[in-house]
Amino acid sequence: MIAFWILAPIMVLAALSILFVRKAVHAALLLAVVMLSLAVLYLALEAPFLFAVQIIVYTGAILMLFLFVLMLVGVDASDSVVETIRGQRLFAVLGGLILGVTLVLGVGQITLGTVVGLGEVNEPGNIEALANILFSRYVFAFEVTSALLITAAMGAMVLAHRERLTPKPTQADLAAQRVRDYAQSGLHLGPLPPPGVFARHNAVDTPALLPDGTAAEASVSRVLAARGTVRSAPRDVEALQRSIDYAPDAIGDKPEDRTEGDAN
Amino acid sequence: MDSVTPFIVLSAILFTIGSVGVLTRRNAIVVFMCVELMLNACNLALVAFAKQHGNLDGQVAAFFVMVVAAAEVVVGLAIIMTIFRTRRSASVDDASLLKY
Repeated sequence: MIAFWILAPIMVLAALSILFVRKAVHAALLLAVVMLSLAVLYLALEAPFLFAVQIIVYTGAILMLFLFVLMLVGVDASDSVVETIRGQRLFAVLGGLILGVTLVLGVGQITLGTVVGLGEVNEPGNIEALANILFSRYVFAFEVTSALLITAAMGAMVLAHRERLTPKPTQADLAAQRVRDYAQSGLHLGPLPPPGVFARHNAVDTPALLPDGTAAEASVSRVLAARGTVRSAPRDVEALQRSIDYAPDAIGDKPEDRTEGDAN
Repeated sequence: MDSVTPFIVLSAILFTIGSVGVLTRRNAIVVFMCVELMLNACNLALVAFAKQHGNLDGQVAAFFVMVVAAAEVVVGLAIIMTIFRTRRSASVDDASLLKY
């Protein structure tokens, strides 16, 4: 019961945050919190088999599937806040409140009698006892489940399969295309220029400098440019120069010595 | 205190939160997660009742719910991916062509 009173507030908080977080990845992680806490509650309710299944199937398989799809769809695909139906959110929250209050009050008022407990049923071990019912009374449902799983796997394969309509371009085709682009529009034949790399950091986000001192745009990834995290090489150099001027002791010799040395 | 009522109340609260999430969120994947939350809440109630009545039928039912949920997630996510591929959006509002 101690586990319950510790985990229940965490679960309710995590579940509530799913309603409010903007990013789908955060919602998935909060759902993982709820599911793992639920697994511990199963242990408190004398269901060790479901404890393992909850962690393996739900947290291990289903949530990973969610995360994979989020990666395919784009991690930063966040919710729009525009309401297509006016007042929908308000009415949804009102309806939810009514449902919750009704459920909680209804459940809270009934008395369930004394708890029988699973000690007697779990005598041969929870897994053995479950297997006994699963393969006797529920054996038909169990067999139907296999048909369901095969259907689901087939359905996912059919839905996710994409027919290739055009032949895949070979390396020779790509090379010929490059030369054709060069002949027609003067596009550079060779690979893109590499980014400027400094000893301070592995700076794939710093553009290389052209001979005239301007940044070579093609040398940084378009993704970084779109996110606006591209550094400026001249500013980097200036910042370094300033930090050296402000802390001459850190280098060990005086600025005058350094300028003399530079002159030499 | 050895009653299962707190578990049932927690299950009711989680179910309510999940249903509000299904109604308010616009991202299809998050809507799907809220459906999973509702399924999990029902599982908690089933397991709690199994303890209350002292037989394992509730646990077997929860086990079957998990299996069906796994199959449902596979197909549902495949559908979401197909929709995303054709219209570059995972929002439930954008898939509204049947309206017209």
